[in-house]
Amino acid sequence: MNIGNKEYKKYVEAHAQKSPCLRNCVHAFLSGGAICCAAQGLTQLYKCLGATESLAPSITSITLIFITALLTGIGIFDNIAKWAGAGTLVPITGFANSVVSPALDNKAEGWVMGVGAKIFTVAGPVILYGTLAGAVYGVIYALFIR
Amino acid sequence: METLMDYVWAFVVGGLLCVIAQILIDKTKLTPARILVSYVVAGVILYAVGIYRPLVELAGNGATTPLTGFGYNIAAGVRDAVDRIGLLGALTGGISATSAGIAAALCFGYIAALFFRAKPKK
Repeated sequence: MNIGNKEYKKYVEAHAQKSPCLRNCVHAFLSGGAICCAAQGLTQLYKCLGATESLAPSITSITLIFITALLTGIGIFDNIAKWAGAGTLVPITGFANSVVSPALDNKAEGWVMGVGAKIFTVAGPVILYGTLAGAVYGVIYALFIR
Repeated sequence: METLMDYVWAFVVGGLLCVIAQILIDKTKLTPARILVSYVVAGVILYAVGIYRPLVELAGNGATTPLTGFGYNIAAGVRDAVDRIGLLGALTGGISATSAGIAAALCFGYIAALFFRAKPKK
């Protein structure tokens, strides 16, 4: 094709993907919503099987973490996450993947400083800042609100 | 009907929490790790100001499954522990309440590392 710069720019703009952000948001909404619905179903199921009101959500979390670990291990999770974007990142599946994935990737560095340390690459900050925020809230609650 | 609405709210609230994160990823320089940290801290703050518990009552797993729910569990655990044992609960409550999830992720992560190899990244 023999075209000038201006025409080329027009050509690119016409063929570029329109608003990938909107498409990403639709994917995130559908996949994130579906995971939460599945979680709701699991909690319902565990309650029917006799789990208490407070235990059922914990068992649901453990189930989702197990499924994520399995899918990450056999290499499917990344493909799903590519489509879903934040839809798999924000639910507990994203946390689980952020623990399992670096554990797998760093096996070569050994079981202590490889798997053992890198397993906390993302989980570490999440647990740190969550615990910190919780402790700050706890102190405020204990001293001023309770 | 009530059960059906439970699922609708779980889908809508869970989906919207993901959409907010997607917009943050696309429009700002926030990395996924920072999103996760922000969501956990946001969950603690939203519980502290009294917004998150009503959201959990409305959306159930739609509010507890996203990482903000992790923060909600930390804050609710801290509050519960402070009520029971006083100031010390500020330290013990959070990790106790989330211990199942943390321990599950670590154990399953380790077991996955035993049995699987990392796939070559494309």
